[in-house]
Amino acid sequence: MLKLKVTDRIDVLPRHSLLSLVFSLAAGLLAISVIFLFSGVNPLYAIFKIFSGSFGSLYGLKETVTKAIPLILIGGGLAVAFRAKFWNIGAESQLLMGAIFGTWVGLNWGPHLPWPVIVPLMFLAGFVGGAIWGLIPAILKIKFSINEVISTLMLNYICNEFVKILIVGPWRGKTKHGFPYTDDLPLSATLSVLPGSRIHYATLIVAVVTVILLGIAIYKTRFGYEVRVIGENPDAARYSGIDFFKTTLIIMVISGGMAGLAGVGEAAGIHHYLSYPESISSGYGYTAIIVAWLAKLNPLYVILSALFFAGILVGGDAIQISLGLPAATVQVFNGTLLVFLIMGDFFLKNRVALQWDLKRN
Amino acid sequence: MANTDVNISIGEGEILGLLGENGAGKTTLMNILYGLYQPDSGTIQINGKDISIKSPGDSRRYGIGMVHQHFMLIPNHSVAENIALGYEMTPLLFPQRKIKDSIITYSKKFNFDIDPSRSVWQLSAGEQQRVEIIKALINGADLLILDEPTSVLTSQETQDLFQNLREMKAQGHLIILISHKLDEILELCDRVTVLQKGRIVGEAQTTDVDKKSLARMMIGREIIFQIEKEPMERSDKVITIDNVMVKNDKDLEAVKGISFSIFRNEIFGIAGVSGNGQRELVEAITGMRTVESGKITIDGNDITNESVRCIYNSGIAHVPEERIRFGIAPGLCLYENAILKQHHKPKYSNKLFLAYSKIKEHAQKLLSDFKVLAPSINVQTKNLSGGNIQKLILGREISEGPSLLVASHPTYGLDVGATEYLRKQLLKRRREGGAVLLVSEDLEEIFELCDRIAVMFQGEFMSILNSDDLRLKDIGLMMAGSLRL
Repeated sequence: MLKLKVTDRIDVLPRHSLLSLVFSLAAGLLAISVIFLFSGVNPLYAIFKIFSGSFGSLYGLKETVTKAIPLILIGGGLAVAFRAKFWNIGAESQLLMGAIFGTWVGLNWGPHLPWPVIVPLMFLAGFVGGAIWGLIPAILKIKFSINEVISTLMLNYICNEFVKILIVGPWRGKTKHGFPYTDDLPLSATLSVLPGSRIHYATLIVAVVTVILLGIAIYKTRFGYEVRVIGENPDAARYSGIDFFKTTLIIMVISGGMAGLAGVGEAAGIHHYLSYPESISSGYGYTAIIVAWLAKLNPLYVILSALFFAGILVGGDAIQISLGLPAATVQVFNGTLLVFLIMGDFFLKNRVALQWDLKRN
Repeated sequence: MANTDVNISIGEGEILGLLGENGAGKTTLMNILYGLYQPDSGTIQINGKDISIKSPGDSRRYGIGMVHQHFMLIPNHSVAENIALGYEMTPLLFPQRKIKDSIITYSKKFNFDIDPSRSVWQLSAGEQQRVEIIKALINGADLLILDEPTSVLTSQETQDLFQNLREMKAQGHLIILISHKLDEILELCDRVTVLQKGRIVGEAQTTDVDKKSLARMMIGREIIFQIEKEPMERSDKVITIDNVMVKNDKDLEAVKGISFSIFRNEIFGIAGVSGNGQRELVEAITGMRTVESGKITIDGNDITNESVRCIYNSGIAHVPEERIRFGIAPGLCLYENAILKQHHKPKYSNKLFLAYSKIKEHAQKLLSDFKVLAPSINVQTKNLSGGNIQKLILGREISEGPSLLVASHPTYGLDVGATEYLRKQLLKRRREGGAVLLVSEDLEEIFELCDRIAVMFQGEFMSILNSDDLRLKDIGLMMAGSLRL
């Protein structure tokens, strides 16, 4: 009988990592090509269009950077959580919470304070909002062993509806003629952009600086060491006296807080008011999961993988228009890539061989 | 080699006891009968005909059924669904009724009280065991093998089980009972075969033997009293355990009010069959489990229910029982595992950063001091062999010179070379003034190393004896809970 034999791969070198990355991306693109073929589109042309749409023109590049900003922030936070094997699927709502908190500070205190005061305050409030929303599943997991995948996912729906309540109810703007938006943030509470683009550079700087700090934290500090031990073997963490409770809380403060920062960036840098959750975020919280994975959970690599996926988002918009493909194409694209990236990880950690099983027969 | 030149036979309407210490090869032998392992040589005959058993399916067709020590049931499924699994005569359509009917028939035949529609997770351990037995019977088992069947049962459930087994014997079934409990063997079995290190060392009718002779057969060697370690004067008291009670994961009392002390230059051994509360006691001492009542003091400081880190800082190091599960983070590098418990010490980190250069230096030193064979300190720790992982753990734990070293089954599963090395290290620790608490199932190890030996049975010490005490010749009885000094 022909049998699959799976054994641990013991000598994983950096070039193996790189190879698995290249192969999974290639295989992912191949699978996506099949999907394009079925939609009656030349896959080579479509993929070319995606990347020329995002990286092939100045306008595309500017848009790509704009969309990379929230992905860098959230992806960096998720990389930390995933390292500890805390599967935070709730970055989407942690982002929204950040946007809510930031908008509240901006709307209420913005008119009275100059921007050097109000902008940091908004970021701080956004971080706190995201962190609180991230702490809920952490506490549920530690105290009641509730699976964090379920709780973070469910909290996304709750927060989604909460935003809608706010914008059609108590926070609906007086100047918006009945539309379900909040009022515009005062000028001092909006983030300025690079001329001729939508790049709110303050958030970009915050994003790059924080992921670099996180990279250092993961690989150089005591906290990072404890995170990695917990992720590798929670029993060993308990045995060695690492405070699981405290460390998990800090992890989720970071992961949720980073998403909260992204929320402030989107609200104050792009939209300048709070509106429907779908328009505030467009799924960054989910895309960032793939960003973190492609970066091999290294916060520093997140910058590159965020640019890559931001490019796909922008290019996806481009092919929607030029090739008449449905909007969901991008999500199919991203989802397929994630599946192949995870498969690549499996082949990196295990050696798979086909064998004739001689014992039987 | 787990079994060598073993011959056993069993006749109709007979209960055969298979007695031996853990690791004596009882389970291996039965797994051969059940088709999980293949024998390298030798034959199996039923009714005088040679048969070959290549899989559990073959075994079932030959009428052999097995009840494992750890039940192989799916908790969320009902009794009927569990029994239908692997049942070859399940009809394609509407199988529930047929299965239910046969369960009820068998229940009546042997006085089992089993409701086929209940979920397995709702059943007590005794009931689950009955489900396993019925499962074997429905599959047509004439020969039933029970592996340590009473280890999960209360004494009342044990009596019920024995009643059921006698019933089955009366109806012509053959039963093999694997156990290390002397009382049970004598009570239930007609004949007993004693295994030791994979060989048969004794066979007898149970009417011809008593507990004492059985125990000696099982331990199988004259207890050696010549101690190769140099004698040491007993000096200061290091740790005092005072009337400590600890619960296990099932919230039952696993350690029932134990008291003892260990002194400098002493190795204190806890012998006993595992599962008698040794693990819980060790976890309580090292801070991984809550002490329900009682007090633990080390060097005069009360450390009862302190955190793991605080207890480590007070001078208790720990070589854990399951070295891969607890002792290391397998995917991290060797040098990162070399400081698993010390990374918070000022030597290796300040409040924020780890001092990786010092850590690597330390790891390199551990490697050479404790003869850990590894290509470099940068390899993932899971790539090391068990012996080298254990040397790394031991080195890490004693490098800080702890007052007390707790070592649980430190040489379990290791080759001879690594075993000898680790034992020498424990003796060295004793020479250097450390106290050692050694928990082991390996009596040879206990006798070779320890100054005093406690025998643990069902959460209590049956005795604490000096290692030259002649009464230790009855350690087998004490391990089986039949003798208390």
